[in-house]
Amino acid sequence: MHQVLIVGEHDGAVLNPATAKCVTCASGIAGAEISIALLGADTSRVAAQAAALSGVKSVLRVDRPENAHPLAAVFAPQLAALASGYSHIFGPSTSFGKDLMPRVAALLGVAQVSDLMAVEDAYQFRRPIYAGNAIITVKADPSRKLLATVRVASFQAAAGGGSGTVEQKTLAVTLPSHTRYIGARSGSTDRPDLQTAARVISGGRALGSADNFKLLFSLADKIGAAVGASRAAVDAGYAPNEMQVGQTGKIISPEIYIAIGISGAIQHLTGIKDARTIVAINKDGEAPIFEVADIGLVGDLFQIVPEFERLVGT
Amino acid sequence: MQKIMVCIKRVVDYNVRIRVKPDGSGVSLDGVKMSVNPFDEIALEEALRIKERGGNVEVVAVSIGVADTQQQLRTALAMGADRAILVQCDAAVEPLTAAQTFLALAKKETPDLILLGKQAIDDDANQTGQMLAAIWDRPQATYASKVEISDGRAQVTREVDAGLETIEVDLPAVVTVDLRLNEPRYVKLPDIMKAKKKPLDVTSLDALGISAALQLSIVKTEPPAQRQKGVMVKDVAELVDVLKKKGLL
Repeated sequence: MHQVLIVGEHDGAVLNPATAKCVTCASGIAGAEISIALLGADTSRVAAQAAALSGVKSVLRVDRPENAHPLAAVFAPQLAALASGYSHIFGPSTSFGKDLMPRVAALLGVAQVSDLMAVEDAYQFRRPIYAGNAIITVKADPSRKLLATVRVASFQAAAGGGSGTVEQKTLAVTLPSHTRYIGARSGSTDRPDLQTAARVISGGRALGSADNFKLLFSLADKIGAAVGASRAAVDAGYAPNEMQVGQTGKIISPEIYIAIGISGAIQHLTGIKDARTIVAINKDGEAPIFEVADIGLVGDLFQIVPEFERLVGT
Repeated sequence: MQKIMVCIKRVVDYNVRIRVKPDGSGVSLDGVKMSVNPFDEIALEEALRIKERGGNVEVVAVSIGVADTQQQLRTALAMGADRAILVQCDAAVEPLTAAQTFLALAKKETPDLILLGKQAIDDDANQTGQMLAAIWDRPQATYASKVEISDGRAQVTREVDAGLETIEVDLPAVVTVDLRLNEPRYVKLPDIMKAKKKPLDVTSLDALGISAALQLSIVKTEPPAQRQKGVMVKDVAELVDVLKKKGLL
């Protein structure tokens, strides 16, 4: 029997879908008993969402005012304290989990397996290295706790309909005051979240300007898609960094990914290769993006995108 | 601010297209160009900029790795680091071991700030900085895109999934850097000559009392699954038609 503790990611109101993907990953371990830890100022709303995930046995709430913002230095000692009694501690490979989990691992004195993409057994996993250009199979020591971050693009979200128990935990852990949250700035929009959207449209340097990205926004709103950008487009100032898709941006796995005016640098392809269907639109028929695309169309994006938007509605 | 320690790693140059060995035993490193991990280069550039802004700041570049890692430390010295320390280790090093090694050096050097890349581009682990901060019992600010130092504190803007987040940490602290923090300088020939005279100390894990024992073992290394090449459509009408038939629109 393996006891898996998943570190839930949330904003106080909504449980991040990355958590449900970690549950699916953990369910791949035969006989896993899955719990979710939620740290926050008030986790009552997200606890209900976590308890409803299929396969979750219990939800551990750690509510205290210091947990209002997810600071790794504040969360890590609490998770290290919660970890006793668990064989596996998983977190999502999002900026939240990547920041936090190694700090927990080091406090426990154990190694971490990053970006776990497949479970072979309770202590053997596959993960990408060299930006996904090689895949290694890693074996961990069963006599130690196993710490891992889960590559969320590799797993579907666990379904709802579960009925886990919820309990409030009080931990006697002294928290540091050397790290303080100041604020956040997000390019929040009404569009779906890029990381979890089923449909994503991305633009590259060929868009030519930030203004021309409006073409993509318009099409995206028509089909309910999130909008991303290549690193070249971000570096050129056409789109903000949080829209970047690729090795140095977001790694995503939508049902459909439409790459518009993106040549397909390796670092971009690394971020999209788990997409179910890739559509490439580019004026250069030799562009590397066509090597990985399921459906390709060679032509001028400035004619194709408006026509696409018109035909979608018919 | 008196001393900044910058941790660097020797990795396969980012322009090299790596090859998996046919027997699955790893990635071929024969005759492959090696460089300073690009994220660590950004960390060093940031340290040099803080130094150049004034004050009497010493920048110490440190690394753990094979003897040839001296080449990358010489590059760091040529960029402008004042001196370097190599903890020579011929065996594979896990991030926790690297963190323990840097902690041992930090205890000797007592830096006000430790800068390093958010991840190395070979193992993509993204762990060493966080682990170092944990066992040093000091703050961490990961994925920095802006670092402002004042009065024993650092205000760091971090690149997170939702956009940008700003935190404040008391020094000493560990800061891991992201791509957009700065653009590292080019090394000029006279600087390479000058770097040859700068001190580069070599020590060992034994001397620091650290074990290189591995907790994880790599069973095999494989190339990634390739996607099948798809179909080309002739116009937008056909594209929309195909997508609708597949139930994707």
